[in-house]
Amino acid sequence: MNAPAYNFAYLDEQTKRMIRRAILKAIAIPGYQVPFASREMPMPYGWGTGGVQVTAAILGRDDVLKVIDQGSDDTTNAISIRKFFAKTAGVETTTSTADATVIQTRHRIPEASLHAGQVLVYQVPIPEPLRFLEPRETETRRMHALGEYGLMHVKLYEDIARFGHIATSYAYPVKVNARYVMDPSPTPKFDNPKMDNCAALQLFGAGREKRIYAIPPHTSVVSLDFEDHPFSRYRHDAPCALCGANDSYLDEIVTDDKGGRMFVCSDTDFCETRQAQGHRGSESAAPHKERAHG
Amino acid sequence: MYVAVKGGERAIENAHRLLAHERRGDRDVPELSLAQISEQLSLGVDRVMTEGSLYDRELAALAIKQARGDLIEAIFLVRAFRATLPRFGATEPVDTGKMAVRRRISSTFKDIPGGQILGPTFDYTHRLLDPQLAEGSTPEPPATSDASSAAMPRVTDILGRDGLIESSPSADDNAPIGDLTREPLSFPADRDLRLQNLARADEGFLLALGYSSQRGYGRNHPFAGEIRLGEVEVEFMAEDVGFAVPLGPITLTECQMVTQFKGSATQAPCFTRGYGLGFGQSERKTMSMALVDRTLRARELGEEVMAPAQDEEFVMSHSDNVQATGFVEHLKLPHYVDFQSELGLLRKLRKEFAEAAETSPLQEAAE
Repeated sequence: MNAPAYNFAYLDEQTKRMIRRAILKAIAIPGYQVPFASREMPMPYGWGTGGVQVTAAILGRDDVLKVIDQGSDDTTNAISIRKFFAKTAGVETTTSTADATVIQTRHRIPEASLHAGQVLVYQVPIPEPLRFLEPRETETRRMHALGEYGLMHVKLYEDIARFGHIATSYAYPVKVNARYVMDPSPTPKFDNPKMDNCAALQLFGAGREKRIYAIPPHTSVVSLDFEDHPFSRYRHDAPCALCGANDSYLDEIVTDDKGGRMFVCSDTDFCETRQAQGHRGSESAAPHKERAHG
Repeated sequence: MYVAVKGGERAIENAHRLLAHERRGDRDVPELSLAQISEQLSLGVDRVMTEGSLYDRELAALAIKQARGDLIEAIFLVRAFRATLPRFGATEPVDTGKMAVRRRISSTFKDIPGGQILGPTFDYTHRLLDPQLAEGSTPEPPATSDASSAAMPRVTDILGRDGLIESSPSADDNAPIGDLTREPLSFPADRDLRLQNLARADEGFLLALGYSSQRGYGRNHPFAGEIRLGEVEVEFMAEDVGFAVPLGPITLTECQMVTQFKGSATQAPCFTRGYGLGFGQSERKTMSMALVDRTLRARELGEEVMAPAQDEEFVMSHSDNVQATGFVEHLKLPHYVDFQSELGLLRKLRKEFAEAAETSPLQEAAE
C-alpha cells in the first residue's frame, strides 16, 4: 500500500511556493482576489481549508500559532486546526493574542490591538462581496476590474429605504486602499474598524472558492456607507458578565428557558486576561475555564 | 453552565473513539477485509476511484471501510491523499479503440463490427430481491469462449468516416494539459477542463442534470452511440529512455453520445458528440457525463443557453461533491458570532416595526 508521508506543515514545498506567490500578489494589490490552485485538505471545504493552506504556507519552525473560532480558542474547530498544526508542523501554540506570531481566525478579529510582525489569517467561505448581488464570477470579476460598485451601493440604499438603516450585520463590505470592494469574511461589523490601518498583515484564504486576498499593514479599510447614514458598530448594550468589559463584542448565552440571558466576551483570551488583571463582572465567581473531566 | 457550550479537546477525542467503535459495529460479526470490499462491493470502489480521481483499488477500499460505506466521505479521503502526491508528468493518451473489451453496446446500430457484447450488466435483470444471495451461494462459473480477434472500432469512428458526425478534435501535443487541481479554474473554461470537472463530478448531480436535459431543459436528442468497458494499457513517456514505458492496464468505461445538430451557415448538418469516461465500471456516471458534456457545448455550437445543464459556470461550480458536502456541512460549525449580530438587527427591526404600528396613519384612517 502507498503509505502516506507528509511534509512540515502538511503541504509539499511546491504547493507552498504556489500559495506564497499568490499571497505576494495579493499583498501587492490590496483587496484583490487572487485565484490560486487550492488543494484538497484533510478537513472539509467550508471548515477553514483556505485559512489552513495560507497558514501552512507561511508557517516557519519558530512561529507561535493561535487559532480562534467565534473569538474563542476552545471551540471544536479551533482545537481541531490547532492540533493539526501542532501535529504536522510541531510549532508552539498559544491562546495569547499578544504572544502569537500567526493567528488563524474564523468570524472574529481579536479585541487586543495587533502589532507589527503578526499575521492574521482569516478563513473565508465566500470571498466575493458581490456574489449575492450577481452570482456569476465572469460578471463580478469584470465589475471589480472596472471598479463598478454601483450595484452594492444600490443594495445598501435599498436597505435604508426599507429599514431606515443598512441591514447588514456581518460580512459588511469594505473598500480597501480606495480601490477594491472586499468581503471581510463573516466577522461582525463590530470588527470592521480594526482592519483599518492595522499594524499586522491580514491574509484571507478561501479554499473551496480558490481565492486569496490581503490587506498589507497600515492600509486604509473603509466600511461602505453614505454621508447621511454613516457606518456604525453594533454590540449588545451590556458589560461582560465575567470581566465587566464595556467595549468588547459579546456572546449571548441563554441560561434557562425563562428568558434568562447572560452576556460574555466572545474573545476568550481578552476576557481571561482582564480577569487575571482583577477585572470582575456580575458572574465572575465562575471564571471561564475548560471543565475538568474524569 | 457557560463552559458547557464550549467544545473541549477531550470531547473531540471521545467522539472519535466512539466513531471508531461504531464503525466496527457488533464485534461478534467478522470484520470486513479490504479484499472483500474491493471484490464484492466493486462498483462502490469504482465510484470512489472515479470521483476521487485516483486509480488505486486498495486505497479506495480502505477509504470505504474507514468511511463506514459513506461513498462521498470515502471520495473525500482519497482526494485529500491524492492532493499530497508528487507529479511526475502526464501519461500518453490512452487508446480506447484498442481496449480489451468486456462489454460493448451501441443503441444506434443493430450490429456493428466486433459485435454487441453484453458483458456483466444489471440490464435485463429482473429487480427481484434474491433470498439465495442472503444465505450465501456460489454462483455458476461464467460461460466462456475464445477471445475474438476481430477489431472493435468505435461507433463514432464509423460515423466519422462518412462525415456524419463532427470530427473529434485532435490533441495538440505541444499545448499544456489543463488540470483544475493544479490551476485555479476560470470561466469560460475549455472542454479539457470541463471534462476533467465532469469526470470528478458527483454521479447523482450529473445524473439529475443529464436527466433534466432529456426532459427538455437544454434538450439535445441523444443516442447512446457506444458504451464500452474493458482494460486499456497506460503508457508513460520516459524522457530518459526516449520511448513510452507501459505502466500497466486500468479498467475504464467510455460512453460516446451521438447528438443532433442542425448545422449553421458555415457548417453542414451533422451529429455532434458528448463524451464520458470513468474508472472501472461506471456506466450511469459516464452516460450522464456524456449528456452534460454535450449540453455544456452550447456556447461553442451557437445554441442558446437556457437551462442549468447548459450553464458551465453553474454546473462546474456545483458539481464537486467534496466541495459541496463540506460547505453544506460547515453549517454545523458554530455561527453564534454572526447569529448574535443578526439577532441584534432583527430585534431592532421588530422594535421599529412595533413603534411604527403604534403610530400608523393607516390605523387612524380605519378608525
